Amino acid sequence: MNPQLDPKIPEGPLEKKWQNYQLKSQLINPANKKKLNVIVVGSGLSGAGAAATLAELGYDVKCFCYQDSARRAHSVAAQGGINAAKNYQHDGDSVYRMFYDTLKGGDFRSREANTYRLAELSAPLIDHFVQQGVPFAREYGGTLVNRSFGGVQVQRTFYARGQTGQQLLLAAYSQLYKMIRAKKVTMYPRSEMMDLVVINGKAKGIVVRNLVTGKLERYAADAVVLATGGYSRVFRLSTLAIGCNGSAIWKAHKKGAFFAAPSFTQIHPTALPQSSEAQSKLTLMSESLRNDGRIWVPKQKDDTRAPKDIPEEERDYYLERRYPSFGNLAPRDIASRAAKERIDAGYGVGRLKNAVYLDFKHAIEKFGLETIKDRYGNLFKMYKKITGIDAYTTPMLISPAAHFSMGGLWVDYELMTTIPGLYAVGECNFSDHGANRLGANSLLQASVDGYFILPNTINNYLADEIKNEQVSTEHPEFEKTEHEVEASIKRILSIKGTKTVDHFHRELGKIMWQECAMSRNKTGLENAISQIKQLKEDFWTDVKVTGNQNEMNTELEKAYRLADFIELGILMCEDALQREESCGAHFREEYQTKDGEALRVDDDYSYVSAWEYNNGDFKLHKEELKFEFVKPTVRSYK
Amino acid sequence: MKVTFKIWRQDNPDAKGEFKTYEVDGLTDDMSFLEALDQLNEELVLKDEKVIAYEYDCREGICGQCGVFINGRAHGPHPNMTTCQLHMRSFEDGETITVEPWRAKAFPIIKDLVVDRSAFDRIIEAGAYISSKTGTAPEANAIPIPKAIADKAMDAAACIGCGACVATCKNASAALFTSAKINHLNSLPQGKAEASERLEQMTYQMDLEGFGNCTNTGACEVECPEGISIKNIAEMNSAWMKQKLFG
Repeated sequence: MNPQLDPKIPEGPLEKKWQNYQLKSQLINPANKKKLNVIVVGSGLSGAGAAATLAELGYDVKCFCYQDSARRAHSVAAQGGINAAKNYQHDGDSVYRMFYDTLKGGDFRSREANTYRLAELSAPLIDHFVQQGVPFAREYGGTLVNRSFGGVQVQRTFYARGQTGQQLLLAAYSQLYKMIRAKKVTMYPRSEMMDLVVINGKAKGIVVRNLVTGKLERYAADAVVLATGGYSRVFRLSTLAIGCNGSAIWKAHKKGAFFAAPSFTQIHPTALPQSSEAQSKLTLMSESLRNDGRIWVPKQKDDTRAPKDIPEEERDYYLERRYPSFGNLAPRDIASRAAKERIDAGYGVGRLKNAVYLDFKHAIEKFGLETIKDRYGNLFKMYKKITGIDAYTTPMLISPAAHFSMGGLWVDYELMTTIPGLYAVGECNFSDHGANRLGANSLLQASVDGYFILPNTINNYLADEIKNEQVSTEHPEFEKTEHEVEASIKRILSIKGTKTVDHFHRELGKIMWQECAMSRNKTGLENAISQIKQLKEDFWTDVKVTGNQNEMNTELEKAYRLADFIELGILMCEDALQREESCGAHFREEYQTKDGEALRVDDDYSYVSAWEYNNGDFKLHKEELKFEFVKPTVRSYK
Repeated sequence: MKVTFKIWRQDNPDAKGEFKTYEVDGLTDDMSFLEALDQLNEELVLKDEKVIAYEYDCREGICGQCGVFINGRAHGPHPNMTTCQLHMRSFEDGETITVEPWRAKAFPIIKDLVVDRSAFDRIIEAGAYISSKTGTAPEANAIPIPKAIADKAMDAAACIGCGACVATCKNASAALFTSAKINHLNSLPQGKAEASERLEQMTYQMDLEGFGNCTNTGACEVECPEGISIKNIAEMNSAWMKQKLFG
């Protein structure tokens, strides 16, 4: 194995590893912490949590986000909930069970030690958020309520109506602004990281574009933390915010950070279907709806009857049929693929026949309208606003949509990338979810990374770094990086071609959705790579961006983000191509059982792919996954 | 469908702005309002013109970043909805649609339809938090919170910080925004320790930012995408009065 890919797993039994790590980790005395500067890029749940906690510990923190305020970060949109192994429901849950569910949900393509730590730190995280004032759902007696999510058989999901992400993000945002008020954090909203500055092999700062003035600015630090979220906007149509992008991690990748498992992207089964070419995003309907909603399509092809006119016996509840023990709560990758299978076979419903029904009729009969309103009221309201349809009386139309990136920058147990001093937290890293993420584990991972893990690992690096002199932004490497950024912006503006940025983004999205989404095959991926390479050439010769560099220019922002997405798209296809097996969200058509289930090839592919950037090419390295405590089994939800 | 957009264009905070008129054809009724603006922007690029600056991010009604005045109403013709959730089916074919930025002294214009809402962040900074550090929390079920109280806190906490309440208020008051946050935290047992300080500091900052006073017209709760009740303002005012009178 490449020595750079040492995951640094601590010794000892699973349940002692994190404790053992902390015992051996170097500490920094409080007086010295304030001499150390940390840059945090991104202000979502992981970024805000990290920035606030690092500041509480005494570090001098700078936090950057592209939005007008930290409160806009896309963590805000997570609806359903956050998992924690509290076992409040007395239903046999434990840290170990949660660890096992997560590892199995990810189809045994993540590290045991990381996954265990995620489950271990989940319980104190709920304590933390309650203390920060998150109004989680409560029983009449005042204790916390839980519900189920896909891929598990216990109730361990905590929630705040259908706005859990919003409430957690606002708690993190409040804590961050508390530290801004205390002058321990300097906040830079409307600021976009354009490149990473690496000096003597270590991350030492960033170059930022001020999105209001367009000016380039330099910031130096002793460590840089990326908390920049997922990259599913590479598909263009996704459940992500329009501004979500992969540029920060892509720039870091080009500066030497290895990119792990880029092709592991999750397609969420319950989003609203696409209705036109002009559509800019697909709205997610929380997976929690699958607790009470039943998914079906007509048994008859091209059935044009209204759903209420289709009798029970002519409905195919295909998830319940194929996966009787998990039914509608099968994990996301499985539920999405099953929907795609029915839609492709001609059973899709809706105007474009690209959807399936999610029906609450039985739940309303069983629990009453008021209970369903209480559980999902705001989701039904949102559905009505967007579609004009009342889902209490007619089933929702839902369809799979690109949603979450399990892949991201490769990080070790300390969440450090292969560039010393550069950390990646939250969705932008590859750590805990393997080849598929379980519902309600995303808010969890973002929070645990930012609040609990990074603040206890960054000291192990900074304790040595304090002995070195701090770099200045006058260093030649800053000068050089800024010039490169400037040149790249000028180049985009000088092309003055004939097609818009959105045109190229739509083209990229179509290729990626067709060849690198829910099912993949060798020929398709090879074609996709050559098509995207052509698209890259076309973009750099024919894109048209108006306006100037030194002003607020939203078109320019879209252009440089898309330029990175195009390159990332190529790497995602390369990664999907090299993995000749099916696992989790990665489904290679050549590798399936006769029932159409994923066929994993553990002997050859039980590794994390980690890609090194090499002058426009990508070199594959492998981190072997060692299963010391759990024996990987065939994942079955039947 | 075809519509005429009459849109406020202003190059920078100091420039003199003006309305400009654009015709857009080939729209469909299931396009969102922002997707119609996206299409207009693509057409402007191809005509070698600068794009219109407007804000959005999540496009599902939760991030609070979008928000413009449409035909004289915050977030468009429907109550309790964000701009990104508005669809073209709400307009007539051939209609002229007037689009303006939020208008409030405390929200200065940055460019075109983009305003600076950092005043909201500074109100939050003044006290919208519970001063507990990461790692210091007691067990989550140690303090039971009755469902009715948790639900009421959640109703207030749902605010997305879009600023429609301010934009629609004739006094440009931020009372709904500020009171919702105060009531969310002050109603929970965890927030009680700093309740009076929070009320004092946040309302002080609200005044300092140049927002107007509330005169109970109720316009804010009509436009609030989360339907946050004006009762929050009454509760804040009553708590403030009690604090002033009885300490």
